[in-house]
Amino acid sequence: MSTAAAGHHDHDDHGPAKGWTRWLWTTNHKDIGTLYLLFSLVMFFIGGGMALIIRAELFQPGLQLVDPLFFNSMTTMHALVMIFGVVMPAFVGLANWMIPMMIGGPDMALPRLNNWSFWIMPFAFLLLLSTLFMEGGGPAGGWTLYAPLSLQGGDSFAFVIFSIHFMGISSVMGSINIVATIFNMRAPGMTLMQMPLFVWTWLITAYLLIAVIPVLAGAVTMLLTDRFFGTSFFNAAGGGDPVMYQHIFWFFGHPEVYILILPAFGIISSIIPTFARKPLFGYASMVYATASIAFLSFIVWAHHMFTVGMPLAGEMFFMFATMMISVPTGVKVFNWIATMWRGSMTFETPMLFAIGFLVMFTIGGLSGLMLAITPADIQYHDTYFVVAHFHYVLVPGAIYSIMAATYYWMPKWTGNMYDEKWGKIHFWVSTVFLNVLFFPMHFVGLAGMPRRIPDYNLQFADWNAVATIGAFGFGFSQLIFVYVIYKCIKGGEKATDEVWEGADGLEWTVPSPAPYHTFEKPPAQYS
Amino acid sequence: MSLTSRLSLLAVLSLGSFAARADINMPVGVTPISRDVYGLHMLIFYICCVIGVAVFGVMFYSMFKHRKSKGAVAADFHESTLVEIVWTAVPLFILIAMAIPAAKTLIAMEDTSDAEVTVKITGYQWKWHYEYLDSGIEFYSNLNAEHNAARQVGSGIDVSQFDNYLKDVDNPLVLPVGKKVRFLHTSADVIHSWWVPDLAVKKDAIPGFINENWALIEEPGTYRGKCTELCGRDHGFMPVVVKALPAEEYDAWVAENTQAEEAMIADSGDGASAAVAAVDDDREWAMDELVAIGEGVYAQQCASCHQADGAGIEGAFPAITGSAIATGDHAAHIDIVYSGKAGSAMAAFADRLSNSDMAAVLTYQRNALGNAVGDTIQPSAIKALR
Ligand code: HEM
Ligand SMILES: [Cu+2]
Ligand SMILES: [Cu+2]
Repeated sequence: MSTAAAGHHDHDDHGPAKGWTRWLWTTNHKDIGTLYLLFSLVMFFIGGGMALIIRAELFQPGLQLVDPLFFNSMTTMHALVMIFGVVMPAFVGLANWMIPMMIGGPDMALPRLNNWSFWIMPFAFLLLLSTLFMEGGGPAGGWTLYAPLSLQGGDSFAFVIFSIHFMGISSVMGSINIVATIFNMRAPGMTLMQMPLFVWTWLITAYLLIAVIPVLAGAVTMLLTDRFFGTSFFNAAGGGDPVMYQHIFWFFGHPEVYILILPAFGIISSIIPTFARKPLFGYASMVYATASIAFLSFIVWAHHMFTVGMPLAGEMFFMFATMMISVPTGVKVFNWIATMWRGSMTFETPMLFAIGFLVMFTIGGLSGLMLAITPADIQYHDTYFVVAHFHYVLVPGAIYSIMAATYYWMPKWTGNMYDEKWGKIHFWVSTVFLNVLFFPMHFVGLAGMPRRIPDYNLQFADWNAVATIGAFGFGFSQLIFVYVIYKCIKGGEKATDEVWEGADGLEWTVPSPAPYHTFEKPPAQYS
Repeated sequence: MSLTSRLSLLAVLSLGSFAARADINMPVGVTPISRDVYGLHMLIFYICCVIGVAVFGVMFYSMFKHRKSKGAVAADFHESTLVEIVWTAVPLFILIAMAIPAAKTLIAMEDTSDAEVTVKITGYQWKWHYEYLDSGIEFYSNLNAEHNAARQVGSGIDVSQFDNYLKDVDNPLVLPVGKKVRFLHTSADVIHSWWVPDLAVKKDAIPGFINENWALIEEPGTYRGKCTELCGRDHGFMPVVVKALPAEEYDAWVAENTQAEEAMIADSGDGASAAVAAVDDDREWAMDELVAIGEGVYAQQCASCHQADGAGIEGAFPAITGSAIATGDHAAHIDIVYSGKAGSAMAAFADRLSNSDMAAVLTYQRNALGNAVGDTIQPSAIKALR
């Protein structure tokens, strides 16, 4: 049935190496994909643990558990771990596993670079997390590291900068690899406009990363020299400008939030057609919408800075540009719904997560639209309303897409079906708690609760207690996810090659589990 | 009306009444701008509700109707340029309609001309300093002392007994009703942000820069807000309180405080009445006198980091009790308070404290908080540095 399977039998010596060093030296895209995904899962629990410390302190007014400075370093670390340690590595892991198989290529274009990109990550995070145990504690100035506050910390700051450089190097190398793979390893005859959307969205994401990670690297290096080498890039007393840091940071930061969501768009665009048993509606417009989002993401950065005192013309420009970005985002949502329309839908776990994504990401998009209205944003800014907004786009957005992808492709990875009953329980329990956790944040934010505070007035007490209950519920229900993954790796009903009735794409033409090497001979479909 | 449209109407209406509750929605506020902002907020909120009902309505309808278990057979369409154009253009028009009132309000917000009162607001870690440029009145505004004691980790004090827990200060900013007030924002250390929701005024206080915005308060009352830009350990504990008085009462307040200020200057020797100050700084002060003044200064200026009992916070703020600097050489002790420590939260107090206040707090640190060096630092020693 599959050319790849036939190819596999000719090369028996090409199986994985024996012993644990297999994982250290591997250049196989599937092994590296697995490493990234497991790493991300571990970090998910570390970052989640930090979130629970934050929520536990916020359960009632008054300071019960932690010092405010430690509280600040928890919010800072939580964000850094979740963004750079969970969402990004998970997407790179999925890219590693799926892109070569989706485009009918034998592996990533630059396998050794691939190994290095991954193995930098554990060291980067060891370095970052170790600062919590150093004198003066970890970074506590927020994940945005705004100067001059971030420069007040202890000497452990140098380690933070260093670890961010490592993460950046890893991301850029991963991105170069993905671009090279997509341009060079496609099955002969596969045009760009025939690529699955996951490949398209990753291609665009990779360009975003290559463009903005160096900007972040520049910004944090200037922090480093301001802190340790006497420069004054961001020190007004020395002729510098603290606001310039924010401009540079958000020139990275806004594209970064799209880096965290574009691959998710690709995943959802694979899953919905499968379970609606109907091709994706508006493939071309999806590609164009993704490209316009990527373009617009470079010219909206100062919507994070409406209170810093920009000229009126600047505020106007960034308001209009930000409103514009909801247009292509809307187009995507409409296309997904049109794909579902008059389909023949079933609701297995991946589809449940995809629909959860669709509903709750849209809620986050709508609050984004509210934030774009500058006069209103001046009230919303730096309150829990913003916290609610970005958690709606990131948790049921990015994180749900990763979970959907895991359930969707896990049978292909392991050769076994996961436990459908527990998968569904995982979805429903998570979704209920997630809304208990994040929805009330809209309320307290509007009513006046600033973000990044460890203690608050009694007027916010009820909703904070509710949110904390939601947080613990959500956190602990992720153990179900681990259980389902573990069970699926260990065994279970054998998966067919196609796995899903409505599945379409080259990855479903290879055997389940996917052999160590696939598409050593290119597939015939496109030539 | 069909059942679905009736249901969606109900959903919108119930959302509406839900949103009107003050504990879960933005306050309408007491200035023309805050009312405009509230109007924009509700408008965009209702637009989002309508979009939400439409999008989710179609989606859930499809999920119930077009499921395989109900025998649905998949159609095969997957493209329509017309539809794509429509759902690109319609949102675009909605946005343009929204952008026009938003731009108007924004222009009004930025127009700080013709203000009658100007207040310069300086953020410090972690208090505010207010200076009325017209009358010269100035003072610091700290978190209410009882709240400050209650909010320490493991204080054992039940915070629910306080009415405005963490939203009350010793000295509120007093403003007139019915006059355009211009605020100038800056900071002495890191970035803060001065926010009063009822005035729809939020602006970052940035060291080395001066930002401005304005408010015209229409109703007397007390309006409470917070610092909203993360500014370090006690970011959550630097509230803003504005007390808006009718014009006559405000004028009386200004008159009273201008006199009080002059009297105080004459009394303690700070700035204007230089002759008195000079004499006062040169005389030899008694230990008790210095310690008594120093205790107050310490509570206002130092306790938020070094703690009321001088124990500091491990890993963040050094203890004063038993500190080598605070029990050692005079020069080093004076220097760290006078010039601060670069790259740390320890600010330079040279411009913040008078000679006598600085001498007092130094002497206090040496002879209280568990230290007993037994010597004094005299105001004359500080004066010599200036
Ligand atoms: C419809 C599209 C969107 C619009 C119009 C929008 C608009 C905004 C605006 C104006 C802010 C600044 C709020 C403030 O600080 O006052 C913001 C914050 C944020 N947004 Fe969005 N957003 C959109 C979608 C997204 C997506 C897709 C993501 C990521 C997956 C995202 C992630 C974030 C994050 C992380 C922040 C807060 C960053 C921080 O201050 O720490 N947003 N958004
Ligand atoms: Cu943004
Ligand atoms: Cu502050």
